[in-house]
Amino acid sequence: MLDSNKDSLKLEAMKRIVAMIARGKNASDLFPAVVKNVACKNIEVKKLVYVYLVRYAEEQQDLALLSISTFQRGLKDPNQLIRASALRVLSSIRVTIIVPIMMLAIKEAASDMSPYVRKTAAHAIPKLYSLDPEQKDQLIEVIEKLLADKTTLVAGSVVMAFEEVCPERIDLIHKNYRKLCNLLIDVEEWGQVVIINMLTRYARTQFLNPNMNESLLEEGSGGDRTFYGSDEDEDEDEEEKEKKAETPAMAKRKPYVMDPDHRLLLRNTKPLLQSRNAAVVMAVAQLYFHLAPKAEVGVIAKALVRLLRSHSEVQYVVLQNVATMTIKRRGMFEPYLKSFYIRSTDPTQIKVLKLEVLTNLANETNISTILREFQTYIKSMDKDFVAATIQAIGRCATNIGEVRDTCLNGLVQLLSNRDELVVAESVVVIKKLLQMQPEKHSDIIKHMAKLTDNIQVPMARASILWLIGEYCEHVPKIAPDVLRKMAKSFTNEEDIVKLQIINLAAKLYLTNSKQTKLLTQYVLNLAKYDQNYDIRDRARFIRQLIVPTEKSGALSKYAKKLFLALKPAPVLESPFKDRDHFQLGSLSHLLNAKAGGYQELPDWPEAAPDPSVRNVEVKDSVPEWTKCSSREKRKEKKVEKPFYSDSEGESGPTESADSESDSASGSESGSGSEESASRSESEESEDGSESEEEEEEEEEEKEKKKKKKELKKPVQESEREMNTVTAESHSHFTSLFSVEPAPSPQVTPVNTFLSNSLVTDLEGLSLSDTVLSPATIAPSSALKNYELLHRITGEGLSVEYCFSRQPFSPDANMVAVQMQFTNNATADTKNLHIEDVKLQSGMRVKEFSEIELLPAGETATAVMGIDFCDSTQAANFQLCTHTRKFFVSIQPPVGELMRPVFLTENEFKKEQGEQ
Amino acid sequence: MIHSLFLINHTGDIFLEKHWKSVIGRSVCDYFFEAREKAVEPENVPPVLQTPHHYLISIYRGKLFFLSVIQTEVPPLFVIEFLHRVADTIQDYFGECSEGVIKDNVVTVYELLEEMLDNGFPLATESNVLKEMIRPPTILRSVVNTLTGASNVGDTLPTGQLSNVPWRRVGVKYTNNEAYFDVIEEIDAILDKSGTTVFAEIQGVIEACVRLTGMPDLTLSFMNPRLLDDVSFHPCVRFKRWESERVLSFIPPDGNFTLMNYHVSSQNLVAIPVYVKQSISFFETGPCGRLDITIGPKQTMGKTVEGLMVTIHMPKAVLSANLTATQGTYTYDLATKVLVWDIGKLNPQKLPNLKGSLTTQAGTPKPEDNPSLNIDLKIQQLAISGLKVSRLDMYGEKYKPFKGVKYLTKAGKFQVRT
Repeated sequence: MLDSNKDSLKLEAMKRIVAMIARGKNASDLFPAVVKNVACKNIEVKKLVYVYLVRYAEEQQDLALLSISTFQRGLKDPNQLIRASALRVLSSIRVTIIVPIMMLAIKEAASDMSPYVRKTAAHAIPKLYSLDPEQKDQLIEVIEKLLADKTTLVAGSVVMAFEEVCPERIDLIHKNYRKLCNLLIDVEEWGQVVIINMLTRYARTQFLNPNMNESLLEEGSGGDRTFYGSDEDEDEDEEEKEKKAETPAMAKRKPYVMDPDHRLLLRNTKPLLQSRNAAVVMAVAQLYFHLAPKAEVGVIAKALVRLLRSHSEVQYVVLQNVATMTIKRRGMFEPYLKSFYIRSTDPTQIKVLKLEVLTNLANETNISTILREFQTYIKSMDKDFVAATIQAIGRCATNIGEVRDTCLNGLVQLLSNRDELVVAESVVVIKKLLQMQPEKHSDIIKHMAKLTDNIQVPMARASILWLIGEYCEHVPKIAPDVLRKMAKSFTNEEDIVKLQIINLAAKLYLTNSKQTKLLTQYVLNLAKYDQNYDIRDRARFIRQLIVPTEKSGALSKYAKKLFLALKPAPVLESPFKDRDHFQLGSLSHLLNAKAGGYQELPDWPEAAPDPSVRNVEVKDSVPEWTKCSSREKRKEKKVEKPFYSDSEGESGPTESADSESDSASGSESGSGSEESASRSESEESEDGSESEEEEEEEEEEKEKKKKKKELKKPVQESEREMNTVTAESHSHFTSLFSVEPAPSPQVTPVNTFLSNSLVTDLEGLSLSDTVLSPATIAPSSALKNYELLHRITGEGLSVEYCFSRQPFSPDANMVAVQMQFTNNATADTKNLHIEDVKLQSGMRVKEFSEIELLPAGETATAVMGIDFCDSTQAANFQLCTHTRKFFVSIQPPVGELMRPVFLTENEFKKEQGEQ
Repeated sequence: MIHSLFLINHTGDIFLEKHWKSVIGRSVCDYFFEAREKAVEPENVPPVLQTPHHYLISIYRGKLFFLSVIQTEVPPLFVIEFLHRVADTIQDYFGECSEGVIKDNVVTVYELLEEMLDNGFPLATESNVLKEMIRPPTILRSVVNTLTGASNVGDTLPTGQLSNVPWRRVGVKYTNNEAYFDVIEEIDAILDKSGTTVFAEIQGVIEACVRLTGMPDLTLSFMNPRLLDDVSFHPCVRFKRWESERVLSFIPPDGNFTLMNYHVSSQNLVAIPVYVKQSISFFETGPCGRLDITIGPKQTMGKTVEGLMVTIHMPKAVLSANLTATQGTYTYDLATKVLVWDIGKLNPQKLPNLKGSLTTQAGTPKPEDNPSLNIDLKIQQLAISGLKVSRLDMYGEKYKPFKGVKYLTKAGKFQVRT
């Protein structure tokens, strides 16, 4: 049929062949006939031929080569989807001879115009790598190139390729770190999982442990908790700002300051906890567990509890992870205790895991509820589960002293249970509990001694015998009798029971040799001829040890000490203890064994590696002040980093098309980069509008230019708005703000005025990397410059200042004043700094750091903060150079003292009501 | 990542296999069969198994096992979630996910699997994208296909994959534009013997059926969004709008989809619609026991409770049940020891009651354990949490769509302990 001219016949034939493949039948004989059809016009036939080819090419390498040329032709097709599918099939054919062709195709596709083709190229990389690992170096180059890609489509796939080919090359990530963080939310869900897992490892190598000052934190935990607690509830973007304000205060208390990049990662992953995909939620949860400061980990609990409603397989995995987490951070899940209650319809494995979690969560306050819950479980029909419950009760009893007696009583009651399994399990647990305080409980031991007649479960019998032997002094009358009974049935016992009988005999012989001498001899003789060599060994050993003969050595003197030494009580531990050295959510963690290809989660570094590696090159020289200010900060706080100095500049080197740089952005780049990530929540919607812009940037550069002109007007409008409006309640007003996405000179400030609906339309679609980057609401173009020092009075030094309308990072109450120093003189100016500040009461000034050298003809910028105390009074101070002092003053216009705040309509009304 | 997939039916036959990398022999499944033997119930098979060379991750859906073979480290949830997505897709395509349906459409399923994974990494899992590439079979189309020889494979190339809204295809057209939302809430509760609530929460889901032309942008707002404690969204929902304004703003996928899941957990908000008076006891002497169950309305907010059903898993020793029901019918399955009492509508004037004796196996001791009651019920036109949709706005398109919201309350895992 395959040779027929009719497509429908061919199709029918191919369908039958594929059905054969699907059922696992061998269809490789048909290879030549099928391959002929690779160039078939009918798209469905073609697809099925591809399916066949990918399946059997490996077995029939020579014949498969016939089809290669078709794909090579496909790679040149003008349609991106055909290019992509050709590459996909080509790379799926596992034939070693075509490795060079594949390599070439991948390289070409990696620089394809279409992101979809680039994505396919990323997919092809691990395929080629598994075919020929020697290509690794070349492939890494391709990966490096694709990592720099800015589209969400590619990001997930290339990180997947990275993980498979070269997970150790962490250095490739540096430059793309911030971009990946920002893109994350828009990557497809599977990609998100891979990226988050990779970033977790990355962060572990690059940042300091946020919990390293745990003890310190604990002391001041009150304050810290509330601080973190509050910002969890609030909008998370607020967090950043708050963080900023808090930083100096916290820095005093403890030297640890979170790297802003670290914070960026935590902030950008948090919304993903709301994903519908359980794998994504789990990935974020493990990221928080491994990376977040202790106080912030709590946010993941709610999301994980939500997953417990999902399919039972998902529950199984989630509960495993929760069990591990509860050991370390019990408090996190305590509020959700009831969500772990067990239903009679749960599968056994889920029940046992829930039980584990409940046990881990038990503490003094909730133990009574938990025990009540356990009581109902004991009545369950599922015997394995009942056994596990009894174990759990035992663990609760050992961990929490107060309830030990209650538990013990409960367990003793279970001894009269009709089900033997239950009784046996109780015996084992009671044995462990009794070891903690044997004196008080001789009656329980007696009771248990009676049970030996009935209980058949070997483990339980062995436990009872051990108990009697160990505490034979407490039950002097019963013990020999038990031994007598046991000796009678010795030959029919299980091995562990036999061993314990020998033990019992030995111990009794030492304490009460009068009554038991003969019995012991008898037991030892029986054991001597036992089939099991362990038992024979033990018997021989014990006989030598306890029965005094002429030859017996020094040891027998100490026999009593050896046997009746005080034994430490066993600690009942969770099987999930110490599992957290595996990355949570990983296969290795689940199996508690290292799976192939598992990448260890590295320990936190002692000292943070240089954070500047993540900085992305900026073409133009970085404004000088950035350096000095960061230096100054470094003096203040040891681990301080240049704040976002150019994080947004990633797009820089590649996006050269964007060179319509605004003059304003140049002068402003300083203040912009000084900025912390965000200013208020209003930024959120800004992101949307911005993102929209960025997309268009990629697609239709020209149209945007046109648009920009149109947008000029609204921008100014928005500025006026900024100056005058304090608490603009209108929820849509955010879109009126202009946006300055990136301080680096070559990135265009994008000003938009879009209808609200349009903004929100596109909000979800954000694609480009600068989108979610810590952009600021900075009025871009028309910042008014004021003159502070004229160049004539300043003897060549001229100083202009403007209010940069950015939050001043060291102190939120201060207004940031950006100064621009220009040295118009012929000689260098040195040691520019501020002195003799004269202020009205209440006002404060944060000086800029000294500018050591301002060469002739150069310009420098610096930022100082002034707290005007909401007044318009001037701040007077002296501006000093190495030679002269100038009296200057800064007086703020009213509008500059205000700060835009985002309020919902309701909040606004509330505020209004209060006034 | 995912190496191979085997579909196994409940008798242990492999009826479909798919390999995304080199072929792995069927023998690898033997480890799974071993574990399957050990676990009595199919639900009890551990989802993750370790074999000398591979890891097996399986899910159990619709009496089928989806067994995937993994060779290297991969987050297990990643695989599990994907397997469920496969099952969902099959269900979406053919209406159900069963052995018969898969066998009938084996080629389509195989093609779907081919498109969903590339080299073991998920490629296209959005059903809208898939449907564009491989059209789901309909009766009409299969008739047309046999007549004209046309095929199920889309001849247009999937453009959805390229767009920024991968969940929606372009050029959607309808003559009737409609958007329906079903707010479905399930009560999960555990009541103890005396009828007090041990644990209760509400799990809600908003299922949407949107058939709108073009690229509409919808905004759904609630009267009382603060009720919602924990939410998760379809990827189309703009999370930031939710954060700031508590409205759902989204460009919907075409057709049926789950818009959001939510959770109302604070216990005092959870109304328990019915109360249950029950006594199940077995006598020490003689092989019998007594059962007496009465159900009455508690907090139903003036609505009638429908579809009431009580399921009891009896202890193994119970041989037969001789009961009389004042309303509805009961059945007792001897093999599975499940007693089902189908009541139907709850009449507040005349409370349904089930009463009678149970016969236990002679000679065995009386069962220690009392079975728990699982209750199923439905309340139409009510969201028990009190959640209300206030309005739906559409932007981006000119026409006026037909809108509708339906509320439904169901019992989820509603259990009464005895």
